[in-house]
Amino acid sequence: MDTQTLIIGLAGVLFAAAPIVFAVLGETLSERAGVINLSMNGSIILSAMGGFAVAYKTDNIFLGFLTGMAIGAAVALIVAFASITLKQSQVAVGFVLTLVSRDLSYFLGNPFMGQPGPRLSSLSIPGLADIPFIGPLLFKHDLMTYFSFLFIFLAWAWIFRTRPGLMLQGIGERPAAAFVRGANVNRLRYFYTVLGGALIGLAGPTYSLSVKAGWNGTISGLDGIGWIALSITIFGGWNPLRAAFGAYLFALLQWLGLVLQPSLPGIPSQVLQVAPFPLMILTLLFVNIGNAEWVERTLAAMPEPTRRVTAKVLRALRASPPAALGVPFERD
Amino acid sequence: MNVELRNIHKHFGKVHANNDIHLNIPAGTIQGILGENGAGKSTLMKILSGFIQADSGEILLDNQPVIIHSPADAIHHGVGMLHQDPLDFPPMRVLDNFLLGRAGGLFPDRKTVARDFTRLAAQFDFSLDPDSYVDSLTVGERQQLEILRLLWLGARVLILDEPTTGISASQKEKLFETLRKLAGQGMSIIFVSHKLEDVESLCGAVAVLQAGKLVGEARPPFPTKKLVEMMFGREISLGARQAASSGRSVLELRGVALEDIRFQMSGIDLDVRAGEVIGLAGMEGSGQGAFIRACAGLTRPVGGRVVLNGRDLTGKSYHVFKHGGVSFLPASRLEEGLVPGLSLTEHFVLAEETRGIFIDRTAGHKLAEGRIKAFNIRGTPASPVESLSGGNQQRALLALLKSPLSLVLLEHPTRGLDIESVIYIWSKLKERCKQGAAIVFISSDLEEVLQYSDRVLVFFSGKVSKPLEASKTTVEQLGNLIGGKDWESLDLEKAHVKK
Amino acid sequence: MLKNNRWINLAFQLAALLLAVIFTTLILLAAGAPPLEAYKNILMGAFGSLDNFANVLVAWVPLLLTTAGLLITFSAGLWNIGVEGQIMLGAIFTTWVMRLLQDTTMPPALILTLAILAGMVGGALWAMLAGALKTFGGVNEIFGGLGLNFVATALTLWLIFGPWKRPGVASMSGTVPFDDRLSLTVFTGLRLSPWALVIAVAAIVVVYLLLQGTYFGLRLKAVGRNARAAFLLGIPTWQYMMMSFALCGLFAGAAGAMQVVAVYHRLIPSISSGYGYLGLIVAMLVNYQALWAAPVALFYAALNIGSIQLPIVLKLDSSLSGVLQGMLVLFVVLVEGARQQLMKKS
Repeated sequence: MDTQTLIIGLAGVLFAAAPIVFAVLGETLSERAGVINLSMNGSIILSAMGGFAVAYKTDNIFLGFLTGMAIGAAVALIVAFASITLKQSQVAVGFVLTLVSRDLSYFLGNPFMGQPGPRLSSLSIPGLADIPFIGPLLFKHDLMTYFSFLFIFLAWAWIFRTRPGLMLQGIGERPAAAFVRGANVNRLRYFYTVLGGALIGLAGPTYSLSVKAGWNGTISGLDGIGWIALSITIFGGWNPLRAAFGAYLFALLQWLGLVLQPSLPGIPSQVLQVAPFPLMILTLLFVNIGNAEWVERTLAAMPEPTRRVTAKVLRALRASPPAALGVPFERD
Repeated sequence: MNVELRNIHKHFGKVHANNDIHLNIPAGTIQGILGENGAGKSTLMKILSGFIQADSGEILLDNQPVIIHSPADAIHHGVGMLHQDPLDFPPMRVLDNFLLGRAGGLFPDRKTVARDFTRLAAQFDFSLDPDSYVDSLTVGERQQLEILRLLWLGARVLILDEPTTGISASQKEKLFETLRKLAGQGMSIIFVSHKLEDVESLCGAVAVLQAGKLVGEARPPFPTKKLVEMMFGREISLGARQAASSGRSVLELRGVALEDIRFQMSGIDLDVRAGEVIGLAGMEGSGQGAFIRACAGLTRPVGGRVVLNGRDLTGKSYHVFKHGGVSFLPASRLEEGLVPGLSLTEHFVLAEETRGIFIDRTAGHKLAEGRIKAFNIRGTPASPVESLSGGNQQRALLALLKSPLSLVLLEHPTRGLDIESVIYIWSKLKERCKQGAAIVFISSDLEEVLQYSDRVLVFFSGKVSKPLEASKTTVEQLGNLIGGKDWESLDLEKAHVKK
Repeated sequence: MLKNNRWINLAFQLAALLLAVIFTTLILLAAGAPPLEAYKNILMGAFGSLDNFANVLVAWVPLLLTTAGLLITFSAGLWNIGVEGQIMLGAIFTTWVMRLLQDTTMPPALILTLAILAGMVGGALWAMLAGALKTFGGVNEIFGGLGLNFVATALTLWLIFGPWKRPGVASMSGTVPFDDRLSLTVFTGLRLSPWALVIAVAAIVVVYLLLQGTYFGLRLKAVGRNARAAFLLGIPTWQYMMMSFALCGLFAGAAGAMQVVAVYHRLIPSISSGYGYLGLIVAMLVNYQALWAAPVALFYAALNIGSIQLPIVLKLDSSLSGVLQGMLVLFVVLVEGARQQLMKKS
């Protein structure tokens, strides 16, 4: 593979990862506030359909993106209402919403199946795009890809560098302590869940109007992406930078699968298509195994130097979730 | 700041938690609030600090009536509260904890904040590193951080809820010194406690609450005996100390080494004898938790041997230990001890040996009725365990223990219980000792440790003392030891320690 | 004042049902479809003829089997989303044994029994894989299970297009159908097998007894509600979790086996037909009570079968049934939450 093809390939990886980056950042914000939005797999499909339908009808591509965000926000609002106000299980509500949103998009999207729709055009940044290597890699994309770069940095800076971001960490970590510091915990949780939902909703039209333009019902190839994004959120340890890294890693592996397929004739295409899923399980295994009790016991039985090193490696891999994730807050 | 409470009432369902409370605290006073658990102290303080609202009544600050909607609102009015378990964010840095909650621009100016922090800390001679993480601090240091934060936010009234539990003697001294200094500057300090001794040595005025009512006030010199009577509404005798029987060894630890993220302990040797009580003292997270869990087989020591009744069980699982006659009662009753959603009957059925496949409901019901009576539990066989009070939950846990037992391990067996339950629970535990069981327990209440133990082990950041005779040890000595002082006076040849 | 009264509870549940129907009606209107017409179509599709109703029962069997299994994992506090893959593995194992034995002289009844048992084992093994990831690897069963579902789908496709492909050309229509003598006996003229019905009903009865009256059920409940306390009380927690996974896998595998031996007589790509996810929904809707699982599963099976005609008659996508099924649970959860909050206030 020559450099030219490689750079185009890698640029394609950045492009293909954009929707996953949006979804992962949205979920990270939501979970940082203490709310798991498990509806992601369905709401990405529904917002992809809705965004495509609106852009197709109005011929306005930006209305399509806005619609997607609105759908994601609306689904997240239901999750927020059920878990924060009604104190029901976040997992149960999220799971049901996943299925409902998916079926709803297949039902309502029926008339738009296979229609030729608008597609976001690419936007080279004058000057920067001409820099060798870097230019074609980073600066010959469409608007959404640029946004995905920007949002990673914004989300990171917000959580770790700003005052409201510190409070966001606080409400997910120890809501009672945030409350005595003046935070309206439940209102903030609503805010971040809905904001995160809007970002997740942005992922949908980024597929249907850009990365995988069009709406093809059950064969749109979107079913499963939300689940991948949920596990990347865990892999990312609730840090936007590490989460974005996970998203790019995933897109890279998918691309490698495509590139390598011709050179691996023995492996049927079905196997390579599902390769991300066992990989997802493996990464979760690495991130979580340090928490298992038997590992601790085995470690204790190891000789001194081996124990030290193994414990260190496991601790470095481990990601611990916000302490109040999934726990409703009530002021005494 | 002058604080006045008038006609405060608060109901929780049928319980009248605060019943017509009047209290006047002039500026510069250290006001003690005494009362046993459940007397209504916490409710009153939550009302003053804005956590909850009174059903009726008035709060006046410097003679101005105020309505306090929330804790944040309280601090605007100059009222700050330090909670027993400091309300901070363990995985975040000290400085971030300090600045969170103070209004300001989008990007906090950490440099200025750090300067303010260092200046304030120096004023009280606190040595806190602003860049360290809160989960690496002791409870005492976390209290110091909270005090600094509240002062920085402009607190003129400081409420402290049971602040002397779980801190060392020197930290307590420093805390008292700080409070006196603050009172000298015209602040009002409200010191909530059930420890007479602390209140007497610190406070300039004391109010006693009992069953929701303000039953008396006093100024120094305090009439100790009368205060006790007011607190409990009756005379209390704690029961005489019983001599340690020196039975055979139940548990032998031989050169045991333990490891935690925070510390390593090694070379622990101990014989626990049948019929004796061993108290483990130390600030939270000093190693006593790891120690007791290793005795239970819940964690595996990284070195040494654990021998139970002559059988070497090193590295065996908790269930093997349990089968061998060890029982472990965790500190958090509803999180680790009992199963919310299941009834008392179901708990007793679970704890029994099984007979066949199907559960005999009537037998289970009968069993539960018997145990409820024997352990004086306020509840019915069908009561879900989460509906019981803390004291009754602890009684239920004791009622779940099998007979006979060799070793009972308890974490904070009486934390948060009223005095009656405390006495009852210890009487039940002492019965176990008479039947030949040994007891090892953790408590942050040093008086409890000395009152009920035969021998005491002190833990300080991963160091273990040799066993001390409880009858020859004072609260002061223990307080110094848990704070890391006077260790050179101990004979450390048995438990030699490397940090 | 709102008392915890069963009539009031019933009223709230009816309100949830009503809200779900109203919402689905709005969606139909939004799609420009005649709602009454659509509902009538679903109703007729499910109950309009003996044939249709028999088909509802055909769908009821695997749904009830998976729901029965899921009641066990829910009891242990586990979200066994991997049940979908467990059905597929059941079907794969059954097909495998059938293929091995179909040309032998063994009596058909024996072959079928062995094949069904093999399916159950397959489901259990796949479930234990998710269980092992959970108990030994700390991987949440939702993510482990989902990943394994996708792998199971790929495995099914690979078998159909690879080693087990039809002579000539492989296709989405599945493997070569088995000989007629190797299918479960059916009621004459219908696709419904009495044996399948018996197995499904027996399954739910067994699960009911297991969870209500046995030490095993009680221990499982303790593990589900507070695994830490259950462990300290002396219950071998991880063994119980693994057992609940294995048991659920047995039932899910049986569902997969039924799909092969009683319905499709071969392995097809969509062999699980989404009964796993639907089973999760049914289990949630009956609030994890085994007693109600049978009627609710029947209702859900009726919706599934009733909506099959929608694309042909009304040009609507049959996913409408999924919308209604999900909405119902969603509103039941929301209304239940509202009821709890109202009760707390009063």
